[in-house]
This record gives sequence, structure tokens and C-alpha cells, in this order.
Amino acid sequence: MNDREPPRHLFDHPRNVRRLVRLLVAVGVVLFGLDAVIHRHAEHPWESVFGFYAGYGFVACVLLVLLAREMRRLLMRREDYYGEGPPTQQAPDRGRSGD
Amino acid sequence: MIELHPALPLFAGALLGGVTSGRSRAVVLLAAPLLGALLLTQLSSGDRVNWEVLGLSLSLVRVDRLALLFGYLFHLAAFLGVIYALHLRDRLQDMAALSYAASAVGAVFAGDLATLFIFWELLAVTSCGLILARRTPRALRSGLRYLLVQVGSGVLLMVGVLLYAGEGRGLAFEHIGLGASGGVLIFLAFGIKSAFPLLHGWLTDAYPEATPTGTVFLSAFTTKVAVYCLARGFAGTEALVYIGAVMTCFPIFYAVIENDLRRVLAYSLINQIGFMVVGIGIGTELALNGAVAHAFNDVIFKGLLLMTMGAVLQVTGEMRGSELGGLYKRMPRTTFFCLIGAASISAVPLFSGFVSKSMVMSAVVGEGYFGVWLALLFASAGVFHHAGIKIPFFAFFAHDSHFVATAREPPVNMQLAMALAAGLCVLIGTFPGWLYGALPYPLDYSPYDAGHVLAQLQLLVFSALAFTWLKLSGIYPPELRSVNIDAEWVYRRGLGIGVERLQAVFGPWDRRLRGLGRSLVARAIALLARHHGVHGVLARSWPTGSMVLWVSVLLGTSLLLYYV
Repeated sequence: MNDREPPRHLFDHPRNVRRLVRLLVAVGVVLFGLDAVIHRHAEHPWESVFGFYAGYGFVACVLLVLLAREMRRLLMRREDYYGEGPPTQQAPDRGRSGD
Repeated sequence: MIELHPALPLFAGALLGGVTSGRSRAVVLLAAPLLGALLLTQLSSGDRVNWEVLGLSLSLVRVDRLALLFGYLFHLAAFLGVIYALHLRDRLQDMAALSYAASAVGAVFAGDLATLFIFWELLAVTSCGLILARRTPRALRSGLRYLLVQVGSGVLLMVGVLLYAGEGRGLAFEHIGLGASGGVLIFLAFGIKSAFPLLHGWLTDAYPEATPTGTVFLSAFTTKVAVYCLARGFAGTEALVYIGAVMTCFPIFYAVIENDLRRVLAYSLINQIGFMVVGIGIGTELALNGAVAHAFNDVIFKGLLLMTMGAVLQVTGEMRGSELGGLYKRMPRTTFFCLIGAASISAVPLFSGFVSKSMVMSAVVGEGYFGVWLALLFASAGVFHHAGIKIPFFAFFAHDSHFVATAREPPVNMQLAMALAAGLCVLIGTFPGWLYGALPYPLDYSPYDAGHVLAQLQLLVFSALAFTWLKLSGIYPPELRSVNIDAEWVYRRGLGIGVERLQAVFGPWDRRLRGLGRSLVARAIALLARHHGVHGVLARSWPTGSMVLWVSVLLGTSLLLYYV
């Protein structure tokens, strides 16, 4: 779910997934708070707004997903739309020696 | 001093690779990019190989810092790719891959537009081999569509160059600009290969259809040659700033809903090229350095991500997010490399994307393009969303797919290539100094100040939080077996529908006209048959006696008239 190390079968326990989510939230809160401590030399006035990057990142991703969902209604077609079957079980890349 | 053409070792490797096998093949394939890179160390800025042919003065080789950096990059990419593909026993792929890399090297060292055109077309033909080598009907069709578009770009380039040179500017490949005659055509030719919006269909169509190893090579060369050409010929062209901004934004929407994970990465490739195109459009030294550095890093981290997806495809034969998942249990090393690639493309501090993308961002905001800056920031969050999270999540985590039972780590050579690429991503991200030192312009820049790092971390962590929230609340669109309509629809479907519509409108008219014509012909035939047919007046056979009778009547009549 994010870039943390995934040891073997770690996420089979819902408990570990919950821990990861909590960790992520905690990191988010800390980073958000750091805005009050670390001064950014802003090249654009919006940059000095408290929590600008955090807010922008969150809103951007939510908007991205909501818009993409709407795009599906318009653009999504069945897998055989172009008259080709699904790309299942295509020969793995073993070259001529494979088959 | 230039003694050999820099592309020669790779071309020679391609030829030798076609006649060797086993261990000697491995030695040849690995030695070619190493020797080529060694040859580059002998070159220095300002070297040229000029050539007089047919009254034209051509520069087969022109060396400067920009060309050298791309030259090294392409040799590095070829070397990593060769390691990744070492387990194959497929001469077509060996030869196509190395001659493709050689064409790319030839193109960036081309000092004139005619030489560039030759390597431009070689790029098209050799790269197509990597798609056809998949040896499925689907890949064959996709490869031919790819070839048509690529050759089309070559035709535009040729016509553009003819117009350009026809104005007396000569063939030297220096700054061109849109104002020059033929400039727009050359711009479009470069634009096709760098996947400008609406001209990008070939990329997302064909790259995911190539072989697992082929896509790794494909992602490295064609688009980066185009980026190099734009940087050389069109630096500071303002249109590029806006074209690039669109390129960063629109693919991420497709990437969110696309099911084929290599196609997701193809969209993300366009998104990354967008950052480079913006940098080139701005055209200041910082922006150009940023664009070139980002091209360098993109080859490595995009190659790494495609290697991990190629490894998944190799062991499972499946690339659709809807069918994959849970593979971290069986492919922990591949998962780890994928996460490093994901961190690099998302520009996490200490990974390679961060040190180059931030240069472009600084240049954009420094030059006052605030709207573009916001768009790039949106795209930065988006790229983390689809390439940084979606790719590893749906391939290696999410729900357990049935492949979890059988999957295993890919061959050792693939793992080695991934490890090397991952190491480079971290190395460049942590110690950007040596990459900065190789850039075309002198640079006084440090990406690691506290404010900047914090800003980037906030952007990324809150994007991740958004993904987590959307996923847990079920709003996130699930991976579905589907295709999405994009620009290539025009020639895959649109033209066909257009022809059908035309037929529907003009078909009846056509039938009526032809019916009329046929009935006229039939009437003419009937008329002829009446007179000349078997029983026609003119075809009737007459007895000899009646002829003699008529002759004697004629003679008698004339005698009578004469007498009278």
C-alpha cells in the first residue's frame, strides 16, 4: 500500500494492515505539523500557506480518482472491443526455445 | 580523436549476436555496450567526423556534452537490458535490441539532419523487431501499426528537412525553431516520437505488446532520442511548456483506470516525458539541465519498473492488474526492486527522480509559469498514485491471485539487472553530484534543503493517504477486464467506422449508378445482338445463288442504264 518493506506474508494479518495505515496517518500528521517548524522559502505565494503541499496532494489524488471513475463511463469498453481476445496466457518470453 | 563511429561496437555486437550462441553469445552481447562506452571515453567535446557525399557536407559524428551524456546513457541502458535478457535464446530479439540501441547512439551523435534521418528510420525498423518477437497475432498487428506511425514520423522529418535545407540553411543539426521553413514538420516528427498528446497512441498501443525484455529496451531509446532532438532543435520554444504540461496530466487519468500494468507504465512514461518537454520549452540552463537529467533518471527507473513487470509477466504469463496480486509472497526480491523503482519515479527524496524533477519544478516556478507549476504538482501527486502505489499494489499485494501458488523469482540474470538498476536509482538519488557534473551546462543546485524535502514528503504522504482512504472506502475504481478508448482508436476503429458510414451514405447511390450503367450496357448489347447476333439481319448467311442473282441484276441494271 506504500513504500514500506513487505516481509513474507506480512499482510495476511489484518492487524498488520491496520498498523501500516496507522503508521501512515501518524507520519502524515507529523509532516503536517512540521510546516509550523520548518520555514520554506516560497517562490510562489501559495507555497507559504500552512499545509499547502499536504492539502494539494490529498485533494489532487481524490480529484484524480473521482474524475477517472467518470472517465470510465465514457471510455471503457469490453476487452474484445478491438476484435482481439483477452491477452491471457500469451506465451511467456522464452523465445524459440520455449515452445 | 574519433577513430570509430561510437555506434559501431553496438552494431557489431548485433551482427555477432546473430551468429553466436551459448557462452560466446553472452560475451558478445555484454561486451558490445561496454566497448561502446569505452569508446565514448576517448571522445571529447568538439570532435567531428565530416563527410562529403554527393556534394553534401555531412557530419556523421558531432560530439558535445549533450550528445555524450545521452551516449553514455544509451550504453548503460543497453548493458542493463542485455543482462536482463541474457536468459533468452532468441536471435531476433538479440539483434533487434542491440541494433536498436546502436541506432539511438547514432542518432544522438548525428551532426546533420540527413544522418539523423537515417538513424531515425533505423530506430523504427529495429525497435519493431522487439514487438514482433512476441510472436502472437496480437503483437504482430500492434507492431505493424507501430511501424506505420514511426515511418510516418520519418516521412515528416524528411519533408521538413528538405524544406529546411532548401532555404539555404544547410543540413547542420543545430537550433531549428518553429519559424524556420519546414520547422513545424520537423517539430511534429520529433513530437510523434516523444509522444505529444494525440500523437501518443503508438506508444501505449505497442509498448505493452512487446516481449517482457523488449519493452525494457523500448522504453529507453525512442522517446529519449526524441527528447534529445527537441532539446537540440527546439529549446526555449514556448509551445513546448504547454504541450509538456498536458503530457504530464492527461496520462495519469488513463493510468488510474488501465488494467494492463505495463500499459499503466507506458502512460506513466508519457507523463515523465512531459516533465522533460516542459523543461526544454522553458529553455533556461537550469530547465534544460533538469530535462536532460530527468531523461537520464527516467531511463533507469522506468526501465527498472518495466523489468519488474516483465519478471511478473515472465513467470505468470499475465499482466492484467485484475488477475494479479499477492505475489510479494513468492517474489519478495522483485517486489523490493519494484518498490525502489516506484520510490524513484515518485521522486521520494534520496531516490533518483527527486534530484532531477525538482530542477524542472524550480525552473518552472522561477520563470513564472504558475498555472503550469500547479499542473506539474498535480502530475507529481498523480504519478505517485499510479506508478508509485498502483503498480506495486496490484501486482504484488492487493488480493491473493491464483499465481501465488506457482509463481517464483525470475531467472538470476533478470534479478541481477533489476538489482543494478535499483542500486543506480538510490546512488544517483543520494549522491546526485556526479550526474550534475555530467550535465550540459554548469550547475549550482542542491535539491536537498529542508523546506523542499518536507514539501515533497508532504505531497507524497498525503497522496498515499488519499489512496488508502479511497481504497478502504471502496471509492477507488477496481481493476476491471477492459480496454479504454484512446488516441489509437482513430486508426484502430475510427477509420473503419468512417468507411462504413461512407458506405452507408454513398452505397445506395453507387449501386443505383452502377445499375444504370449496367442496364445501358445491357441495352447496347441487345441492340447489337439484334443486328449482328446469330439471327441478326447483318449476320444472316445468304445462299450463293441469290448473290449471283443479285450481281446479275446489278450488272443488268447498269447495262440498261448505260444503254439508255
